Amino acid sequence: MSAGEIRVAINSDQDIVGARQRGRTLAAELGFSSSDATLIATAISELARNIVSYARKGEIKLQKMENSARQGIMVTASDDGPGIPDVRQALRDGFSTSGSFGLGLPGVRRLMDEFEIASRPGDGTTVTVKKWRP
Amino acid sequence: MEVPVLKQGKFLIATIQAALSDADLENLRRGLVQQVVRFRSLGVIVDVTSMDVMDSFASRTLREIAHMIRLRGAETVIVGIQPEVAFAMVQLGLTLEDVATALDLEEGLAYLNTKFKSLD
Repeated sequence: MSAGEIRVAINSDQDIVGARQRGRTLAAELGFSSSDATLIATAISELARNIVSYARKGEIKLQKMENSARQGIMVTASDDGPGIPDVRQALRDGFSTSGSFGLGLPGVRRLMDEFEIASRPGDGTTVTVKKWRP
Repeated sequence: MEVPVLKQGKFLIATIQAALSDADLENLRRGLVQQVVRFRSLGVIVDVTSMDVMDSFASRTLREIAHMIRLRGAETVIVGIQPEVAFAMVQLGLTLEDVATALDLEEGLAYLNTKFKSLD
C-alpha cells in the first residue's frame, strides 16, 4: 500500500488546489474517466477545505487500491483539530457549525462510493473516502 | 493567479484561466465589484470554462459576486461550466440559485444584449 502513496500537507487555502490537482492526476493514472476524476477532485477539495476551516492544518493522503477484482482510489483527510461533537448531525444535509455552508460531508459522501469518519472532540477528525473504477 | 477582466462597452468579461485558490476568488469578487462601480457596467460575464472544480466555496463566491453586482443594478452571467463540473456540483448539492448561466461567452453576451436592448 505504501508504494504510490501521496501525502499532501494542508496548511492554507493554497494547498487545497494542490491536493485536488494531485488527486485528479492519480485518478487519471488509475484509469478513471475525466468525469469520475472531477468527482474525486471535488471531494478532495471539500475535505481539504474542512481541514483549513476547522482544524487549520492537517493532511490529505492519496492511495491506490487494488484487489483481484478491481482498482480504486482512497483519500484520507486527517487533522488534529477540535473534532466533531456529533458526527451523525454533521452528516445531515444543511448542518454547519461554521455558519458558512452545511453541505460538506453529506455532499462528499454522495460523490464517492465509500465513506468513513472517525472523530472525537479534542482528538481530531479522520475522513476516509473511496471510489472504485467501474 | 489574477483573473483578467476585459471591458467591452457596457459589459465586463472576467475569464478565469486556471484553478483558483480561495484567496484568488476573494480577490476576483473584490476586483469585479470595484470595476462595475468604476465603469458603471450594466452586465458582467464570468467565464469559468477553465475551472477544473467548482466546490462549495467557489459556488458560494460566484453567488456572492452576482448578488453584490445585482445590488448595483447590474446583471451577472456565469458561462462555460463544464459538463463534468456541473455533474459534480449536482452530486454535491450545490446550486448557483438565481444566478444566470449560459453555455459560453457568445451566449452570455447574447443574453446581456437582449436584457439591455431597450437601453440602447
